Amino acid sequence: MFGKLSIDAIPFHDPIIMVVAVAMAIGGIALIGAITYFRKWKWLWTEWFTSVDHKKLGIMYFIVALVMLIRGFADAIMMRTQLAMASAGAEGYLPPDHYDQIFTAHGVIMIFFVAMPMVIGLMNLVVPLQIGARDVAYPFLNNLSFWLFAAGAILVNISLVVGEFAKTGWLAYAPLSGIEYSPGVGVDYWIWALQISGIGTTLTGINFFVTILKMRTKGMTMFRMPIFTWTSLCANVLIIASFPILTATIALLTLDRYFGMHFFTNDFGGNMMMYVNLIWAWGHPEVYILILPAFGVFSEVIATFARKRLFGYGTMVWATVAITILSFIVWLHHFFTMGAGANVNAFFGIMTMIIAIPTGVKVFNWLFTMFRGRLEFTSPVLWTLGFIITFTLGGMTGVMLAIPGANFVLHNSLFVIAHFHNVIIGGVLFGMLAGLTYWFPKAFGFTLNEKWGKRSFWCWLIGFYLAFMPLYVLSFFGAVRRMQSYDTAEWQPWMLLAWVGAVIILFGIICTVIQFYVSIRDRKQNQDVSGDPWDARTLEWSTSSPAPFYNFAHLPNVSGIDTFWAQKQAGAKTVSEGPYQDIHMPRNTVAGPIISLFALILGFALVWHIWWLAAVGAIGTFVSFLARVFNDDIDYYVPASEVERIEREHKERLEMQA
Amino acid sequence: MTTETMSNHDAHADEHEHHDAGGIKIFGFWVYLMSDLVIFGSLFATYAVLMKGTAGGPTGADIFELPLILISTFLLLFSSFTYGMAVLAMNANRVTQLKAWLGITFLLGAGFIGLELYEFQHLIHLGYGPDRSAFLSSFFTLVGTHGLHVFFGLVWLLVMLVQLQTKGLNDMTRPRIMCLSLFWHFLDIVWICVFSFVYLMGVL
Ligand code: HEM
Ligand SMILES: [Cu+2]
Repeated sequence: MFGKLSIDAIPFHDPIIMVVAVAMAIGGIALIGAITYFRKWKWLWTEWFTSVDHKKLGIMYFIVALVMLIRGFADAIMMRTQLAMASAGAEGYLPPDHYDQIFTAHGVIMIFFVAMPMVIGLMNLVVPLQIGARDVAYPFLNNLSFWLFAAGAILVNISLVVGEFAKTGWLAYAPLSGIEYSPGVGVDYWIWALQISGIGTTLTGINFFVTILKMRTKGMTMFRMPIFTWTSLCANVLIIASFPILTATIALLTLDRYFGMHFFTNDFGGNMMMYVNLIWAWGHPEVYILILPAFGVFSEVIATFARKRLFGYGTMVWATVAITILSFIVWLHHFFTMGAGANVNAFFGIMTMIIAIPTGVKVFNWLFTMFRGRLEFTSPVLWTLGFIITFTLGGMTGVMLAIPGANFVLHNSLFVIAHFHNVIIGGVLFGMLAGLTYWFPKAFGFTLNEKWGKRSFWCWLIGFYLAFMPLYVLSFFGAVRRMQSYDTAEWQPWMLLAWVGAVIILFGIICTVIQFYVSIRDRKQNQDVSGDPWDARTLEWSTSSPAPFYNFAHLPNVSGIDTFWAQKQAGAKTVSEGPYQDIHMPRNTVAGPIISLFALILGFALVWHIWWLAAVGAIGTFVSFLARVFNDDIDYYVPASEVERIEREHKERLEMQA
Repeated sequence: MTTETMSNHDAHADEHEHHDAGGIKIFGFWVYLMSDLVIFGSLFATYAVLMKGTAGGPTGADIFELPLILISTFLLLFSSFTYGMAVLAMNANRVTQLKAWLGITFLLGAGFIGLELYEFQHLIHLGYGPDRSAFLSSFFTLVGTHGLHVFFGLVWLLVMLVQLQTKGLNDMTRPRIMCLSLFWHFLDIVWICVFSFVYLMGVL
């Protein structure tokens, strides 16, 4: 009846998990209780869950990402604590079995359920506004993408309490992830969580690619698009071209595990190195999906706060395009030790190093933008400066790893861990936090508290260096990654230092939480009435904050890069004038959440081999999709009078402030 | 879109702010097909790597029955032709003809799937199922993924027949028929690759 699922699947014997589970249960009940008490369910459902408004979806992506960041960080600090303890024969407090699940969950959560939703959330919030569009090309699919992503995130969290998570590392290398070596349900959770959310990501990629190509406002030629839109476009090209490889690879692993096929097995002609090739053919583009939009954020932030046009717009675009293309021909640098031969390794080593050139171009563009600018040291700028230094360092250790000879020594050591946290924290995470601070007023109508934002920045920066520089040192002593305990007592001081760094990062996260609290409390003082709190350059700042659901009363007309800035310089009026027209908008959809709910049921049932439930999930998914296909009532017109009312209120607020 | 919102739409036709919704749908679907192509590309690459991994089991030359495959190939090729006729009928606004051509396409596609199921069932019966060797795993998966696509195409055809019956030709059904057309021809092209790369080269 319940497949492999029984009461034994809940790890009652493990106090750590049970404490977390109880805490999660209490938190969940409190949340549900609060929503019920304040009668907010209907509001949540109609205003948020079923919304097709890209701005609201962007906010929801970010909320999930921040919650998952806390979960991922909890895993990280548990690992650091374990390694600070388990020296010279001591076993620490996490048995290998549990430790393996933690580093896998940490990696998976941080990449798929923190970094990805932050990037996609920011894209949602910003791109349509930057190109002067009222929505994305396919608003319903946008909602569906979000909920498929959420279903994947929920599945990962279920695995914490019901059953186990994979112990294979975040990429689940075969044959370790095959049924022979991983007979439990952990890898199956990994499979279905990534498969479901990955389909959502592919849909997002298509959606934003078409949005950027087809929905730009009058005069917005490709080479007038803001850099964040450019980097998002390239990231979406990468999603479209690479996520299907992930989908296929995971599907093949699924066939191996569920139907006894032999793609990646040791015997019957299978080829496990093919798994590693396939997964990195997706994996390397993936890291650029994450970093390119972060580059975009820094470009916007620097140009805005230096009060200068971005230096080298054209080279910035071409550098982005070059990185996009190159990112597909470097994947083998993740496994030089496979033994492909000197020539193959040399090719991939050189290709990898070549990526440093367009990246260097970008760094110089940022530096020259600041040069002789009037840089204002706001917290987004601090994140950007921290990024430039930290990312350059991480880039250099990356080039070191790209030397095949050196790589044979460094492979699988803590050097790799230090390197990619160097670029991913210093690049992606700093970028997303900068973007969050920068665009927060556009989403909510008030700015974030600067004092706590800066505190958060300093904690993250110092914490990062303390937590990860020791790992470079340890790697020279021969410390490997995914290591639950070690014999050498001399390593412990460095491990303790890394633990201190993680604690300081914890303070950074706490500062962010306080920042939200303080900012929401003081939202009246920090209100952004003008819609343009930073005196910025791009179109999203030309509409009110928060932007009305239709974004622009009249679609703007663009005549160059940074048209909004030019208009302000020329003293042109930037508020909208009547007469207004009816605006065509998409209706909210219940199909997105419902389809995804059935997909979640399907995933859970497949993990546990509950075949009847899987049938329910599959049929439910199909029928709810069909219901959507047969629904004609998917759009409506906002009457001009309503537009006028909203715009008038905005103008009144502006006059009040003046 | 109901006729009501349609007329509403026309009232605003002079407005520059509208994007061509049907065109955007078809373009987006084309982009989706490109991403689907990457899936097929991955499966072809997998097949190329594992082709020799027969593990003492049969090779392609041992099990492929070209005459049968040739018949199913012609069924599918011909169904692309009939779909083309359907689109011509749609452009001429001949709904009955359109439905008839879609119906014929459906039958041809169903015939293709039938033959494929027969082939698979036959191989499994002989003990050459997908779990026999890496070669057979990749063969079944590549061909089966294409077959699964054709199956979804058939379901979609049925949906379109129902919608043509209930809603007729309008701004919603037209782009869908065009998208399905792209899908159907796309599957045809993929099949030609499967036929040459898997079957023909397999028996060579
Ligand atoms: C916030 C501070 C963070 C700390 C203290 C931290 C710490 C760690 C530690 C201790 C490991 C295990 C190293 C080992 O194998 O010995 C690890 C692995 C990893 N981390 Fe982080 N991490 C942090 C943030 C991030 C972020 C933001 C990301 C990505 C967006 C990330 C992605 C990964 C990945 C992919 C792995 C590899 C997991 C595996 O071995 O399969 N981490 N991290
Ligand atoms: Cu790489």
